[in-house]
Amino acid sequence: MSATLATPSPGGSGRLTLRLLMLGAVLLLAVLPALNRLPADSALHVSDFIVSVSGKWITYAILALAIDLAWGYAGILSLGHGAFFALGGYAIGMHLMRLIGPRGVYGHPTLPDFMVFLGYKELPWYWLGFDHFPFAILMAMAVPGLLAAVVGYLAFRSRITGVYFSIITQAMTYALMLAFFRNDMGFGGNNGFTDFKELLGMPLNTPTARSALFYASLALLVLSYAICSRITQSKLGRVLVAIRDAESRVRFLGYDVTQHKLFVFVLSAVLAGLAGALYVPQVGIINPGEFSPGNSIEAVIWVAVGGRGTLVGALLGAFSVNALKTWLTTVAPDLWLFALGGLFVAVTLFLPRGLIGLVSKVTK
Amino acid sequence: MSDGISPPLGTPKEAAPVLYLDGVSVVFDGFRALNNLSLIVGAGELRAIIGPNGAGKTTMMDVITGKTRPTEGVVRFRDHDLTRLDEATIANLGIGRKFQKPTMFDALTVFENLELALKAPRGPLACLRWALSGEARRRIEAVLEEVGLTARAQDRAAILSHGQRQWLEIGMLLMQDPELLLVDEPVAGMTDQETEHTAALLVRIAGKRSVVVVEHDLEFVRALGSKVTVLCEGSMLSEGSIDHVQNDPRVIEVYLGR
Ligand SMILES: Nc1ncnc2c1ncn2[C@@H]1O[C@H](COP(=O)(O)OP(=O)(O)OP(=O)(O)O)[C@@H](O)[C@H]1O
Ligand SMILES: [Mg+2]
Repeated sequence: MSATLATPSPGGSGRLTLRLLMLGAVLLLAVLPALNRLPADSALHVSDFIVSVSGKWITYAILALAIDLAWGYAGILSLGHGAFFALGGYAIGMHLMRLIGPRGVYGHPTLPDFMVFLGYKELPWYWLGFDHFPFAILMAMAVPGLLAAVVGYLAFRSRITGVYFSIITQAMTYALMLAFFRNDMGFGGNNGFTDFKELLGMPLNTPTARSALFYASLALLVLSYAICSRITQSKLGRVLVAIRDAESRVRFLGYDVTQHKLFVFVLSAVLAGLAGALYVPQVGIINPGEFSPGNSIEAVIWVAVGGRGTLVGALLGAFSVNALKTWLTTVAPDLWLFALGGLFVAVTLFLPRGLIGLVSKVTK
Repeated sequence: MSDGISPPLGTPKEAAPVLYLDGVSVVFDGFRALNNLSLIVGAGELRAIIGPNGAGKTTMMDVITGKTRPTEGVVRFRDHDLTRLDEATIANLGIGRKFQKPTMFDALTVFENLELALKAPRGPLACLRWALSGEARRRIEAVLEEVGLTARAQDRAAILSHGQRQWLEIGMLLMQDPELLLVDEPVAGMTDQETEHTAALLVRIAGKRSVVVVEHDLEFVRALGSKVTVLCEGSMLSEGSIDHVQNDPRVIEVYLGR
């Protein structure tokens, strides 16, 4: 894609309108769980389905923000962000599995069912500590962050950019998928983790747990947006845009480009990991399919559709593409992949700045 | 900053060059873009470099700024061996460069381009915490004034004319406050008046800083009033005052006489 991207900061009145619109959207989302508690015959009642599906989309929106920070601003096109999301999901999944305790089918006091089934005698060392919630959350950030740090350092130091970097990240998520499919990895093989019982003392699948997870996701979305916009509006954000558009020139000004790229890439992976950690308890399952290369590509398409390099576009894209997906997969499930591909081609050809670009064109 | 570094071993001042190239060769697929080139630039010196297209002038700057590794030879800036350092480290040592084809950040405004170039801590966290101080703002405004872009400060660099891009890149070079300025064809696309202004500006900077200017415009080179080095086929062909090199028969044959 060419350099038709706008300066990341829209002008004064435009920004105010944008802020108000976003505030409205957040408030609208925030009342959903409350409306869900209304009697079912009330005109304002919102179904369980709407609440849980919006909670899921919010975690997708966080993933989209993370991708936009790296791709839209720093020009780092990761096609492996689904892996960071899935790793965060597995970290919380391990916690949820430990919390099942003796309530599993085999009734073993510490070992999850799949381990008993596979003949494990004791917990592998890397499962230790996951009985503590803070440790699991820490790992949901640290593991994706470290992986991004290693992959990013090796690639950025060797000045691997553009499509070559994208291919490396695709290979990364693919390799992880194959690894997590293996039973002897100790992560439940192709079944992954499911049948979760509770989190932080709340039985899952209850309205209380649903709204708690929903609000936690919404809070993380607001926090992530605040962090990302703090970065993009700082001089660091302008350095990232400069790296995106003319990486080599930035070096001649004395900036160590590797450090800057590593900083955003790791931060972006950590946000994706946290999003995954909120996603899994809401959908009740995590398996190696989450690492499939297609997932990462789909998430990039959300950002492209919404309009990259704007943050708001990423949110818009994540919500609108997933709304389309949810609708289409109920009316015509076979069409979804064609629709997604067609959408991407159409946006690339006709809306290079995405839905946000369309909105700003229409309002002008 | 470190203008006052005393020359090693008590040698006289002119014996402590800022930039020292010796026997530098750059070979691209068997083609010698630089061929056993030697060049010494002293502290505060202004030096003009001329020579036909393809003589290796830009390649020489690439070697100094870490863009291209020499196949052989010595490249030193003060006490530093530049052949082992990367571009960012070299820039932070105090070597600034203006590219032959003006290159800046089109998505950013003129002001933001200068702000990025302004000498300040370069790390990600320092950039995140950066707040434009009154002092920094004044320095940027002074440079905007100097390069005549005050009225364009809030325009995106993408919409500048070629001449204005030249000026913006010169402005970015000034913001870095380097000890050695490498200026590749600064006046291409400028009016006569702007050319004179640029010459005066470079003369003013030299003295405090060392400046190496590559230019084809001989009127401009004359206005610099500096020592001139003529490059040809990757080697030094002649060196001396502008009058000296203009009357050198070898220079006339390969460059001026065409
Ligand atoms: N990266 C490269 N790979 C191959 N050849 C190169 C490379 N860079 C420069 N050259 C060749 O080296 C020679 C010197 O190029 P250079 O750009 O240094 O010349 P110059 O003196 O700056 O010329 P001009 O006045 O046209 O700017 C040219 O023949 C050029 O084609
Ligand atoms: Mg040149």
